[in-house]
Amino acid sequence: MWEEVEKVSDILKIGDRELTSRLFLGTGKFSSNKLIPEVARASGAQVVTVALRRVDLKYEEENIAAFVPKDCILMPNTSGAWNAGEAVRIARLARATGCGNWVKIEVITDNRYLLPDNYETIKATEILAGEGFVVLPYMSPDLMVAKSLVKAGAAAVMPLGSPIGSNRGLKTKELVRILVEEIRLPIVVDAGIGRPSEAAEAMEMGVAAVLVNTAIATAGDPVTMAKAFGMAVEAGRMAYLSGPGDIMDVARASSPLTGFLRDA
Amino acid sequence: MKDDFSMSFYEEIQKYHTFDFDGFFQRLTGTDIKKIIGKNRLNEHDYLALLAPAAENYLEEMAEKAQSLTIRHFGRVILLYTPLYLSNYCVNHCIYCGFQVNNKLDRKKLTMAELEREAEIIAATGLKHVLILTGESRKHSPVSYISECADILKKYFTSISIEIYPLEEDEYAEVIAAGVDGLTIYQEVYDEEVYALMHPAGPKRDYRYRLEAPERTCRAGIRTVNVGTLLGLNNWRTEAFFTGLHADYLQNLFPEVEMSISPPRMRPHLGGFQPMVDVSDRNLVQYMLAFRLFMPRGGITISTRERSELRDYLIRLGATRMSAGSCTAVGGRSEYYSAGQFDISDERSVSEMAKMIYSQGYQPVYKDWQFLSDNA
Repeated sequence: MWEEVEKVSDILKIGDRELTSRLFLGTGKFSSNKLIPEVARASGAQVVTVALRRVDLKYEEENIAAFVPKDCILMPNTSGAWNAGEAVRIARLARATGCGNWVKIEVITDNRYLLPDNYETIKATEILAGEGFVVLPYMSPDLMVAKSLVKAGAAAVMPLGSPIGSNRGLKTKELVRILVEEIRLPIVVDAGIGRPSEAAEAMEMGVAAVLVNTAIATAGDPVTMAKAFGMAVEAGRMAYLSGPGDIMDVARASSPLTGFLRDA
Repeated sequence: MKDDFSMSFYEEIQKYHTFDFDGFFQRLTGTDIKKIIGKNRLNEHDYLALLAPAAENYLEEMAEKAQSLTIRHFGRVILLYTPLYLSNYCVNHCIYCGFQVNNKLDRKKLTMAELEREAEIIAATGLKHVLILTGESRKHSPVSYISECADILKKYFTSISIEIYPLEEDEYAEVIAAGVDGLTIYQEVYDEEVYALMHPAGPKRDYRYRLEAPERTCRAGIRTVNVGTLLGLNNWRTEAFFTGLHADYLQNLFPEVEMSISPPRMRPHLGGFQPMVDVSDRNLVQYMLAFRLFMPRGGITISTRERSELRDYLIRLGATRMSAGSCTAVGGRSEYYSAGQFDISDERSVSEMAKMIYSQGYQPVYKDWQFLSDNA
């Protein structure tokens, strides 16, 4: 398990920031930017990602970044990047325009499934971490890639649950479970989660946080759905934290059968 | 053949030369259509089936699925852009176009100062995506002129698409380097024989050169490509089919590129050519819905050729991009010069369009691209 989590206060530390909410928000699909602060408030989210390609500093009224509450961490993402070089340029541009030093790396060259290019993502992570960015790479769950991302200086690893916008849930569950067990960084499930129950399922497994956009933005009532997601993430987290005891109980339950060997 | 890079869409389309479209349509039953609507992934014959008369009874079912797919993949957002005509000099003889060489109208090409003035007017509306258009004239609007214009427009906009005559691959690379990120090119007619009738003379007569232009531009590194047939020149069902096939072909070959289609219908224009076939609102909607089910992540662009009441409805039926505050005359925003390429139907301003989109429960998006210059 990652060391950053202090179970007593249950703070999630990423970079130099301490988070109490484990729900990250995406913003690309809302019917109005005005929903962003409402959804953030209802869900309790503290990290909000915005595609830099959508940020328009010159048009305040329609500038998506201006709708992110000031007490949230704005995490620009590199949507549109085809390779590491472009992701790096977008990240630098984001920082230069005042979007802070967090960045979600998104390198996609497959418009049909929007699956990330892990190799280019590792390269971009290494460069940007070296430049002092807090780098959260979006990736296809793969243990070796995750290890490379750790080495490259990532602040968290963000495997997909299923393709972006598919609302299909945690199809990559077993692969994500391996990351949770083996990677000493926060694992954030990004993409694919369609229902609060699936967010809870991911949290119960021990992932550090989940990132949701489509499921909230396309709900009939996004604000209430955001609240439901916030509650589900908390419930899942609580279940995870209370879980290890149960697991040990099961392990002990088998010892009465062979306990006599130790007593002998 | 999907991964065969040695072929082009020209070979792909040849396969349908002897295909019995009428027979295929006649064999379809309502059960077939319902089964296709329920599928997760449609093949090209499924798409063709949804364009058939037999599918007309299932438009509501198709619409429900199309709406849900669009919202899931694109969100409740409509990207706004506007066309900017640079020049109406043209050497082609397209019998359906107001700018064709034989039409008497004031020919005009924007100077850089005039372009700047047009750009200022558009930029004041908040738009960040612009589509620049010219007639085909390598003398009056050469590639260097397009690049020069892109260089000016970069100051005002964050995305520049071109709708100009087809170029060579290295020429596409040149305009991309100058800041162009999107290509719109309509084949007009995919049926090669009808194409020849519509284009009696001029360089545009070269069917294959135009057909393969999107492949050249993708190889040159373009980010978005928009293809289409001009509805009204030929049987819309087969033309819609080939348009979708073209988009799908390009998406398979260039998975990184954002693919979209336009379903433009003919509008009144100088010259008075009448459409060969009528394409009704119902036909247009069937085309959009079938395409959405075939390519769930493919963009659908709706221009101001369509009237405002219809455009309002199309937002919920799979549209992803719409033009606003359009003007089809060269320099028409700053000064009146001449006739436009065609008459526009939806004359609402950008802010009126934005208000309408919000009222439909969607968000008008002004900016969805960022130049990636090397010195960023």
